[in-house]
Amino acid sequence: MQKEHLFKDKILPVATIVLAIIALWYVAAVALNAPFQRDLDRRGNVTSTTMEFVGKTLSQPKPVMPAPHQVAVNVFDNTFLRSVTSNRSLVYNAWVTLSSTAVGFLFGTLLGILIAVGIVHVVTLDRSLMPWIIASQTVPILAIAPMVIVVLAAVNVTGLIPKALISTYLSFFPVTVGMVKGLRSPEVMHVDLMRTYNATPAQVFWKLRVPASVPFLFTSMKVAVAASLVGAIVGELPTGAVAGIGAKLLAGSYYSQTIDIWAALVAGSVLAALLVAIVGLAARIVDRAMGGRPA
Amino acid sequence: MSRFHLPWQAIATILLCAIAAATLPLMVPEATAPMAAGVGALIFLLLIAAAALACTKLPPVLDAAILFVGAHAAAWLLLAGVAGSEGAARLPFFLLIAAGWLLAWRCVTVLAHLRSHSGLSKSLLRLIVPAIFGIWILIIWEAATRGFGIPFILLPPPTAIAARITGSLPILAADVVQTVFKAVLIGYALGCGSGFLVAILADRVAFLRRGLLPIGNLVSALPIIGVAPIMVMWFGFDWQSKAAVVVIMTFFPMLVNTVAGLAASGPMERDLMRTYASDYRQTLLKLRLPAAAPFIFNALKINSTLALIGAIVAEFFGTPIVGMGFRISTEIGRMNVDMVWAEIAVAAVAGSVFYGVVALVERSVTFWHPSIRGG
Repeated sequence: MQKEHLFKDKILPVATIVLAIIALWYVAAVALNAPFQRDLDRRGNVTSTTMEFVGKTLSQPKPVMPAPHQVAVNVFDNTFLRSVTSNRSLVYNAWVTLSSTAVGFLFGTLLGILIAVGIVHVVTLDRSLMPWIIASQTVPILAIAPMVIVVLAAVNVTGLIPKALISTYLSFFPVTVGMVKGLRSPEVMHVDLMRTYNATPAQVFWKLRVPASVPFLFTSMKVAVAASLVGAIVGELPTGAVAGIGAKLLAGSYYSQTIDIWAALVAGSVLAALLVAIVGLAARIVDRAMGGRPA
Repeated sequence: MSRFHLPWQAIATILLCAIAAATLPLMVPEATAPMAAGVGALIFLLLIAAAALACTKLPPVLDAAILFVGAHAAAWLLLAGVAGSEGAARLPFFLLIAAGWLLAWRCVTVLAHLRSHSGLSKSLLRLIVPAIFGIWILIIWEAATRGFGIPFILLPPPTAIAARITGSLPILAADVVQTVFKAVLIGYALGCGSGFLVAILADRVAFLRRGLLPIGNLVSALPIIGVAPIMVMWFGFDWQSKAAVVVIMTFFPMLVNTVAGLAASGPMERDLMRTYASDYRQTLLKLRLPAAAPFIFNALKINSTLALIGAIVAEFFGTPIVGMGFRISTEIGRMNVDMVWAEIAVAAVAGSVFYGVVALVERSVTFWHPSIRGG
């Protein structure tokens, strides 16, 4: 195998594809916004050259498809130029979403680990619970989100907890499945070795199964953190939440503020990428602390 | 070996029955539809008899059958007794439910340790054990909502939801047709199909693969569901916009998994194909696509859930007056909670059936794979 060249084999192809997407985006923006602009020009009796026309399609206040630079400017304005406490600031909204994501992710991970430990150790749980855990994910839980939130609001639980519950539900599943796999990953040889040491079940668990499951845990936590962000965002949709990325999306859709919708999407994506990166970083740190060597 | 053993669930059951007997009656005296004394005695008799028989050394199948009948008959009598006098149950009622639950637990434990060799009984066991677990979730739900008299708005009992489902089948059917058969299936087919084709293309062109894979991985982590309002704005309120959301949600998992699957065949096998002088197309069709099948089906399964979620959530942003997402968001506004739960139950069944069909197709297509051959 040849050594991979960082620039030639990684950056160049990715950059090319990204540029291609942006170029396509501009073309699509012009094409999609053109009918409305043509209509506007006809009513105002304005005749413009092609270049002027293209320029106008890319700078409408409420375009069907905002151009990349409009979204970029909106994101920049709402992130850096607005005070962090303003409810139009993306930082503020991202923070609201992030807090329920984090709580949900934490509980989801703990719940997932607990269930996995139970499944690995109790045969009855393995047989009776596992099919339901898989079935639980075929339930479109996001559809229940409004339910959960309204029900909890009726018993005076509002704000962060209902959204976090949805995130918990979405994020426990990958952790459970990954941890069951991980806790069962030690080979028969290793388990036998522990038996020759006369190890108790607790010792086998802490000294063999847990260390063996760590890589599985972090892989599934990456999936779980993305899932809990989705849960938090959708949890904000039906409640008429006043703040958060989901609320921004909903408000944008009510008032046709397309640029705001796209900016909220960008903020959500950045948040997702950051969260996954943080989990990845934690995985690396733990791996190194446990004496893992780069493969 | 003695002829007796003492499973702890049986002992706990008898203990619970004793405490319940000491704290009778089952319901407050003001209950509107009080339970007949004979029924109460029958419940005690059933539970204690089943618990006592569980302590003798019977063949496991008979043991499980007795426990099953005892636990569920007692639970059924209890639930039938409390119906009509919601909120009137006292402590012994819940103790008896708990006793029944313990017996069912014992039943599941016996069944889970059962070793069977014939294929039929094995698959039957695999169905029964989780089924008992599911039934008890419903029983406890029913007992809690009726026994404590939880307000209907908060959590309707399962029987009320079932009644609502049977009572409004035409509405539910129309919603399923709108959401599942139009938006989900069309979007799913388009999204998975295009993801697959792009993956083949990316496999052919290394430059494209290197560029698309990192982006595909990133996009898989993004909250794509957020494009729903944009799609509704572009494609209108009808199912086309929902199908568009589904296409976007299913495209990337399919792309990433197929590309990974196409790289799954070993170099030995590829060399063998080369010695046969097979060209690209033959290698793809006869070696690499079959080898990629487990990955592709993995994506199809993930997508089956994603597609349903995408379509339902997209309906929150605007729909014609039919569809599962529409029904959920409007009925919750009208406080028709049982209808919302009925819709959720239907969505759960639709999701499970969808997943199950994909899993069945997978079993028949990738019959050669170790995870299905069973070793």
